[in-house]
This record gives sequence, C-alpha cells and structure tokens, in this order.
Amino acid sequence: MVDGILMLLVLLNLFSLGSTRISASIRVVAYQGAAIGLVPLFLPGKITGGILAAIVLVTLLVKAVILPWFLRYAQKRVNVRREEKPFVGASTSILFGVAALGTAFFISSRLPIPFAVVSPFIVPVALSVSLTGFFIIISRAEALSQVVGYLILENGIYLFGIALLLEQPLLVELGMLLDVFVGIFVMGITVFHISREFEHTDTSRLSGLADWLPEVRRNE
Amino acid sequence: MNNLYPLFNLIIALTAAPLMSGVINRVKAFFAGRKGPPLLQLYFDIGKLLRKGAVYSRTTGVFFRLAPPAGLVFILTALLFIPCGAYPAVLFFPGDMVLVVYLLGAQRFCMLLAALDTGSSFEGMGASRDAHFSVFSEAVLFLCLAAMSVASGSVSLNGMLFTAGGRIWQVSPPVLLVVVFVLYIVLLVENYRVPFDDPNTHLELTMIHEAMALDHGGPDIAMFEYAAALKFWILASLPAGLLFPYGMKPDFFGNSALFLGVIALTAALTGALESCAARLRLVKVPQMLTAAAALSVVALIFLAK
Repeated sequence: MVDGILMLLVLLNLFSLGSTRISASIRVVAYQGAAIGLVPLFLPGKITGGILAAIVLVTLLVKAVILPWFLRYAQKRVNVRREEKPFVGASTSILFGVAALGTAFFISSRLPIPFAVVSPFIVPVALSVSLTGFFIIISRAEALSQVVGYLILENGIYLFGIALLLEQPLLVELGMLLDVFVGIFVMGITVFHISREFEHTDTSRLSGLADWLPEVRRNE
Repeated sequence: MNNLYPLFNLIIALTAAPLMSGVINRVKAFFAGRKGPPLLQLYFDIGKLLRKGAVYSRTTGVFFRLAPPAGLVFILTALLFIPCGAYPAVLFFPGDMVLVVYLLGAQRFCMLLAALDTGSSFEGMGASRDAHFSVFSEAVLFLCLAAMSVASGSVSLNGMLFTAGGRIWQVSPPVLLVVVFVLYIVLLVENYRVPFDDPNTHLELTMIHEAMALDHGGPDIAMFEYAAALKFWILASLPAGLLFPYGMKPDFFGNSALFLGVIALTAALTGALESCAARLRLVKVPQMLTAAAALSVVALIFLAK
C-alpha cells in the first residue's frame, strides 16, 4: 500500500515537471499533499489513535485544501494561466525528473539508515520529490510556479521526516507545516505585489529592478 | 498432445487477430450512434482483396513488390515467440524479446522502403513521420521489456508472460501497473491509433500509416492489413499476458477464453479512447513518448532496487 502511494508520488512528480499549466501544477501539488498526508496511516509506530488522526487530518487540511486553495486564489488574482517561457522545456524537465529519481536511489543505497524503514522506497522517493521541487524552483520563470516548486520540496522533506522520525512525536513536522504556511502566505503577497506593480509575474525580469540595468536588458 | 498446445496458440492468433479491428470499429460506431460494420469486416475485406489483381506503377521498383510479403513474414515470425493464454510460445530462447522487437522493426523497415519506393511525396512524408516516432516507441518498448524481465527474472517473452505466471505480481503490483499502462501507450503508437495517428483520416497530409499504403492494391494491401492485425495482436498480448498471467486460472480453455476476452477488451478500450480523444499535434507526439519512456524508466528503477 505504501509502495502504491510512493509510486503515485513519483508519477505526480513527473506530471508536475511536464505540465506548464499553472492550474494543473496546483492540482498536482494538492494530490501530492493528499497522498503524502495519508502515509502516516501506514507506518508502524508509537503514534496511534487520536494523535495520529489529528496529524493526518491537519496535514491533509493544510497540504491538500488550504494551500492549493490559496494558490488558486492567487492565480486568479494575478491572472496567469501557464508558464510561457520556462528556462527548461517540458520533455527535458521530465528527463531530469527520471535522472533525479535514479540519483536518489543511488544516494539512498549509500545512505546508512540506523533502523528499518517501512518501505525501501520511502527514502529515495522523498529525496527525488525534494530534488524535483528544487528543479521546479530554478527552472520556472513564473513566481507562482516557483511557489508550487517550494511546496513540492516541502512535500519531499515531510515524507523524509515521517520516514525517519517514526519514534519521535510529529510535533517537529507540524511546526514545519506552520513555517511553510507562513512562507506561502508571504510568497502569495509578494506575487500580488509583483503583479500589481509590473503587470506580470515573470521573475526572470526582476533583475531589471536594480538601479543599474544589465547590458542585456538595456539592449532588449 | 502436449507438444501440440503451442500450435493452438498460433492458430488462435492467426484466426482471431482480424476480429479485433472489427471490435474497434464496432465500439467506435456505438459511440457515434451508428450500427457499424460487421465484426468480421476485415475478413471479408481481406478475402475480397486477395481475389483482386495488383496494379504496379512504373516508378516503383522491386522493394515495392517485395515489402508486403516480407513484412508479413517478419510479423509471423515474431508471432511464434508470443505465448497466448494457457499455451506457451512455439519458439523461445533466452533473449528472444530483443529478436521480437527487431522483427517488428524489420516489418516497419519494409513498409518504409515500400513507401519511399513509390516516389510519392505523401508516402515519403508518412514514412518520415513513422521513422521519427518509431525511434521513441522502440526505446519505450525495450524499457518495458527490461522492466518485465527484471520483475519475472527471465529474459524470454515466454518466461515473462507464461512461465513466471502470477509470481510476477508478487514483486510490486503498482509498478507493474505502470508497465502495463506504458505498454498500452506503445500499442497505440505502434498500431497508429488515435492520440498518435488517425486511421480514419481522409486527408493525406495528416496520415502516417495510411499514407504509406496509398499506392498498394489487391493482395498487397491485404497483406498489409493482415500484418497490421497481427501486430495489434502481438502488442496487445504483452499487457494482456501481464495482467492475466497463466496460473491465475489454471484450466486451459478457461484461460484461453480469458485471454481472448482481455485482448478484445483492449481493442474495445482503444475504440472507446478513439471516440473520446482527439489526435495529438504532431509536435506533441515525441513529448508524449518521452513521458512514456520516463514512466518506464521509473518502473525499471523501482523494480531493479
């Protein structure tokens, strides 16, 4: 069952790399959040009963409902539909995703993990989800896509956390979730401001904000 | 008697393969609200075409005449390696999956040569597109076969689909489902079905497979059609054999019926997809196939772990 969820996570990863439509990316992040939120249910650990239910519910609520809803709201406000000029194209991004998965499997085979993990796939998948998030942050120009990448990165970290912190109370995770929530909030506000001032949210043109203009920009 | 079982397999494939085209067309007709051609239409077509003579243009050379029978022979040879339901393949040896992929490639090569031989610009264009897409689809097929051989621990098609039986599903079911999905995409692109090519198109500019057979007639086109039906059968056997391996229902006739049913279901699914989906833009096809390749590599990584 955990393996199925992990496979689903990898497929959603590839999908998010391959899609340039922002609403599709937001939906993928929501599904990914929902899938990751369910993982603690299948982990054998000390946390059971009410606390487990609370953790799962809070994660699902934040990751699969509130954050995607907020992103969707931000998207409507700034009115961007798709990534017009990503730095890396869809096919190349997908190939990167596969390479990232391979790298993640290689690294995790070298990683000494002091206790048994519930599934041999959980660490490599967590690593590859994080790598995908990083890649989306650096390869997309739209501010909203970068926020999506940040969320995917956080999904990976969360998965890593629940894989390794079996014995710990998940308070750490919940604290992190709060951080991310605030982070997304700040990012959303920034996106609004970029959009209001410049009528677009293409971050690759933010360098034009400086007092001095780089040569390239001036020649445009 | 036991030695004759593989021959049953061959007979089923040879007789039932053209039926699948009928199934696809009937499903499409159902979606369009028509009654549709009879299920056995392809048999009638082939029978009619075989009774006709062929016309050969003076521009064409020897390849044009050689290609249809040569292509059919390659496909028939590939068919010998495909197990079917309760019956093992007629021939098998370790590594025969590579041979099967290249036999399919050789058949494609024949079609491309025949298309180029006519000197028609439409046929040349169809051949060019087919060659372009096959670069991707062949790689994807190889990756899927590699994943299957890792899952089953065997390097022959017979071992993967027949001997391994239900054991193949004990490794990792979600990963195998991905392999089945990618194999279905390969089936669609290799058989020139809808998101990749439209078999019903009447505009030569948009054709791929049909463009390559524009100038063939009579028995030649019958051989092309029959080879195409057998190719569908071969490529549908791979996901069908994975989904319902021998051993899940260990009686011979039940399993054969199940297998036939699954292949007919694959055909029906293709017809339904063809009625609901639009064709991809030509530029999008390599992207789609790259994504399929990515999926199969992911499956391979998961299985090899």
